[in-house]
Amino acid sequence: MNVLSADTVEVGYLVAAVCFILALKGLSSPKSARRGNLIGATGALIALVVAFLSTDLRHLVLILLAIAIGSAIAVPAARLVKMTQMPQMVALFNGVGGGAAALVALMELGGTSGAGGGWFSLVATAFTALVGSVSFSGSMITFAKLQEIMTTRPVVLPSARWLMSGSLALGIVLAVVTVASGNLLAASLLAVTGLALGVLLVLPVGGADVPIVISLLNAFTGLTVAAGGFVLGNTLLLVAGTLVGASGTILTRLMAAAMGRSVTGILFGALKGGSTAGSTQVSDRPVASVGPDDVAILLNYAAKVIVVPGYGLAVAQAQHTLRELAEVLEARGIEVLYGIHPVAGRMPGHMNVLLAEANVPYEVLKEMDEVNPEFKTTDVVLVVGANDVVNPAAKTTPDAPIYGMPILEVSQAQRVIFLKRSMRPGFAGIENELLFDPKTSLLFGDAKDSLTKVLGAVKGL
Amino acid sequence: MTGVALLSIFVLAVFVGFEVVSKVSTTLHTPLMSGANAIHGIVLVGAVLVTGDAHSVVAQAVGFVAVVLATANLVGGFVVTDRMLEMFKARPGAGRTAATREGEGR
Repeated sequence: MNVLSADTVEVGYLVAAVCFILALKGLSSPKSARRGNLIGATGALIALVVAFLSTDLRHLVLILLAIAIGSAIAVPAARLVKMTQMPQMVALFNGVGGGAAALVALMELGGTSGAGGGWFSLVATAFTALVGSVSFSGSMITFAKLQEIMTTRPVVLPSARWLMSGSLALGIVLAVVTVASGNLLAASLLAVTGLALGVLLVLPVGGADVPIVISLLNAFTGLTVAAGGFVLGNTLLLVAGTLVGASGTILTRLMAAAMGRSVTGILFGALKGGSTAGSTQVSDRPVASVGPDDVAILLNYAAKVIVVPGYGLAVAQAQHTLRELAEVLEARGIEVLYGIHPVAGRMPGHMNVLLAEANVPYEVLKEMDEVNPEFKTTDVVLVVGANDVVNPAAKTTPDAPIYGMPILEVSQAQRVIFLKRSMRPGFAGIENELLFDPKTSLLFGDAKDSLTKVLGAVKGL
Repeated sequence: MTGVALLSIFVLAVFVGFEVVSKVSTTLHTPLMSGANAIHGIVLVGAVLVTGDAHSVVAQAVGFVAVVLATANLVGGFVVTDRMLEMFKARPGAGRTAATREGEGR
C-alpha cells in the first residue's frame, strides 16, 4: 500500500533507528537491558509496518507467507533452545541475516540492471554480496563447530594459505568487475567466492577462539546490512547496520584484549603453522583424586571460596546445584565469589547468562581483573568444568596456543579443586600443569552429579 | 538520497554506535551481542522492499528466501535476547524467585 508520504516514511525509519540506539544503550546495564530489548523489537515492528505502507508491494502474499515461515521456524527455536546451545543459536541467526543481506544486494542489482545506482552504490553492492556471504558461511561453520557436528579443533586444509590467498584475489577481481560493469553474474560469483572465504576463514580457528569469531561475524553482518542501506538508499538499514558494526567491533576488541591476542592472530594463527593444535591425548601422569566428602570438608572449613565456572558447568546443567551449594556455604558464613573469565564457555559472557539463569545475583560474579587479587586470600578455589582459563601454560609455555591469554590466577589460592569429567584436555587441547600441582585435588564425574554429592555431604557436616 | 548524505549518516552512526556500547560490562556481553544480532535483522525491511519489486520468478524465489532468512534473524534474535535477559536479576528478591524457580525446575 502506498499510503505514506516519502517524508512520513523517513520519519518512521528515524523513530525505528532511535529505538535501536536506545536498545543498545539499555543493553549496557542489567537493570535496563530487558526494557531496551523490547524497545528494539518495537522499533523493528514500526519499521516493518512503515515499509509495508511505503510503497505498492507486489507479491504481498508471498512476502507475508515468507515472514510467517521465518517466524514459525525462529520463535520455537529461540524459545526451546537450551542455555548451553545459546552460542550456536546466536551464530545461526547472525549467519542467516548476513545471507539475507547478500541476497537483497544481488536482487537490487538484478532489478536495476546495474544502471540505477552509480559506482557508489555498486561498491556497496559488491561489499554486501561478498561480506554477507562470508558472514553466512562463516557462521554456519561456527554453528557446526559449536554443535559439535564437526571437530572443534582447528582444521588446516593442505595449502590453506594458497586457497585463502587465491580466493581473496579472486574476490578482489570479481569485486572490481562488479563495480566496473554492474554485472549480476559477476556479483553472484563474488557472493559464491564469499561463501568459500567464510569457510576458509573459520575452519582454522580453534574452539577456544570461537566466541571472538561469533562476535566478529556479528560485526561483519552489521556492516553488510549498513552497506545494504547504501545500496537501497535506505537510512534505517544504514543506521541499524552501522550501530551493530560498531558494537560488534568494540566487543570483538574487548574479547581479544581479554585473551591477550590480536584479532588477526586469532584468525590467521593456524595458517602460519606452529602448534595451534595441542594434543587430545589423555595424560596418565598421577593426580590427586578425591571423593565428594573430602571436597565437602575442604569447602566447609574454608573462610573464602571462589568458584571458577566453565563450559563443563553448562554442559552438565549444574548451575542450579552450584547456586544451592553456594547458598549453603554462605549460610555458614563462608564468603563465596564467582571468578568469571571473559572467554569462559563458548560465547562472550556465557557464564554470566548461565549463572543468571540459576538466579545467582550478578553482583557476586567478579570479572577477571577484580577477582585475580582475591585468590591470594582464598582458601579454596572450586573449578567447575573449566580448564583453559586457569591453565598456567598461558604464562609459562610460549608455544602453547593460549600463550599470552590472561588467566584466572587460581594457583595463588591455598587449595584448588577441579570438578572434571575426565583427564581430557580443555577446548584448546593443551594439558594443564595445575592438575598435577600438590595443592590440587580432582573430583571426577559429571559436574551436576559431583556437585549434588558434595552438596549432600556439606549439608551432612 | 545522495551518496554523500548517506555517507554522512554512516559516519555519524559509527560514532553513536561506539559511544553507546563503549562502557558495557562483561556481564552483558552475551545479551549485547545477541541484541545487536537481532537489530541487524532489520535487513528484513530491505528484503521486503526488493521482493515487492521483483519481476522474474527467479527474483521472487530469491526474495522469498531472503525474507525467510531475515525474519528468522530479526524475530529469533529478539526472542533469544529476551530469554537471556529474563534471567538477569539483582540480589533483592533473588532468594524468593530462586525458591519458586526451583519448584518449576524439578
